[in-house]
Amino acid sequence: MDFLSLMAFGDSGWGDEMLKGALMTVLVSISAMAIGLFVAVFGTMAKMSNSSFVRGIGNTYTTIVRGVPELLVIYLLYFGLNNAVMGIAKGVFGYDQYIELPVFLVAALAVGLISGAYSTEVIRGAFLSVPKGQVEAAKSVGMNKFLIFHRVLVPQVLRYALPGLGNVWQLTLKDTALVMVTGLVEIMRQSYVGSGSTHEPFVFYITAALLYLVLTSVSSKALNGAENWANKGVRRA
Amino acid sequence: MAISDYYFQMCDALPGREGLLNFNLMCDNLPVLLKGVPLTLELVFISLSLGLCLALGIALMRISDSRALNMIARSYVFYFRGTPLLVQIFLIYYGLAQFEAVRESFLWPFFREAYWCGILALMLNTGAYTSEIIRGGLQSVPYGQIESARAMGMSGVLLYRRIIFPIAFRQALPAYGNEMILMVKGTSLVSTVTLMEVTGIARYIIAKYWTPVEIFLIAGVIYLVINFLVTQLVKHLEHRFTPYLQHPK
Repeated sequence: MDFLSLMAFGDSGWGDEMLKGALMTVLVSISAMAIGLFVAVFGTMAKMSNSSFVRGIGNTYTTIVRGVPELLVIYLLYFGLNNAVMGIAKGVFGYDQYIELPVFLVAALAVGLISGAYSTEVIRGAFLSVPKGQVEAAKSVGMNKFLIFHRVLVPQVLRYALPGLGNVWQLTLKDTALVMVTGLVEIMRQSYVGSGSTHEPFVFYITAALLYLVLTSVSSKALNGAENWANKGVRRA
Repeated sequence: MAISDYYFQMCDALPGREGLLNFNLMCDNLPVLLKGVPLTLELVFISLSLGLCLALGIALMRISDSRALNMIARSYVFYFRGTPLLVQIFLIYYGLAQFEAVRESFLWPFFREAYWCGILALMLNTGAYTSEIIRGGLQSVPYGQIESARAMGMSGVLLYRRIIFPIAFRQALPAYGNEMILMVKGTSLVSTVTLMEVTGIARYIIAKYWTPVEIFLIAGVIYLVINFLVTQLVKHLEHRFTPYLQHPK
């Protein structure tokens, strides 16, 4: 069979299935990125905390997650989360039936945890690059902590962090390929299933590669636009 | 009694099934997992060295004046940085075998082996990322340095060897350290095409005893230790190659 009839839409081809897979990849990536950013806010707070214990927790998180293969983190959460939830259900509520968490949730959490470690480093770096004098100046004109955060820090941190967060988004998008091991039907899982039943692996994996290329290049265009927007107030020589 | 007997006796003293984690089993399987470390390191070492040579060529193509060379290098980097490593591995290992022409060519003994397919995919992947790192390094060389070297009469290979490469190398080293860590982590993906490196062995043990959390945890610790050593190595190299940046003792 040739490429076009294999990737046709409708019942005869796999085109619509592959597109659905791509949609799932986008959904997992967006959820993971959101979870990651949420985690990163706390990660940054922990790493910049005054208490060495809290700093230690933050450092341990980023070191472990960035030093262990993504595949292992996904496997660990995939198996570990179910066990942990069952353990808690049994210990606290006395519920001893089998519980299976939705794979989407597990996949988004696992990739989110990975993406959160990288986002933490990016956001921390952005905070550190805001000149100290600006915070002092804000204090001297009588701004309180919240106002300094909201008017002085956030707008600049966002601008400094945007390129780094863009890289994290691209990483996250590509890391979602690994959640195929949990059985979630995204691009890779769909290609795996399709190539298994048609014996045409090349066609499916090259389609997968093309879909990822479309996703990464569209997001890189969008990120460039976002950077220009964020930098519109910056004077350039 | 052999040392291994002492080791397993020590393992037996650890808590087993009743606890949160089966530490006894983790301890017992550590030596089994460690048997995968040589293959992991071998994959990292070979693909990094080949990838570095490839990346050097690609980076030179990228900064060359020829539009065709530039375009080839650009598309290569675009493809390999824009798709997940897993797709690249699957395409080479499963995808290429689909073609009769590949199966009958002299390259078949090469593409038939998961080992070579894994190395090829890892090498092409790291080559793309590294070429961008090298390009960044080369472009960071201040123009004045090149001008003064030219004024001294250096040109061609001598200029690259004495001036451009050493400066670019120092500039690129921290980013290349990150790439090395990414590669150590990347080798875990070749377990999906049947290679028995650390993750492959972990999956094998789990299929046998069904204790995923314990085994993946020790596998994770092994990778952490490897990556820690890589970071220390890069730190050491950075220290050695930038003596002028160090504080005087």
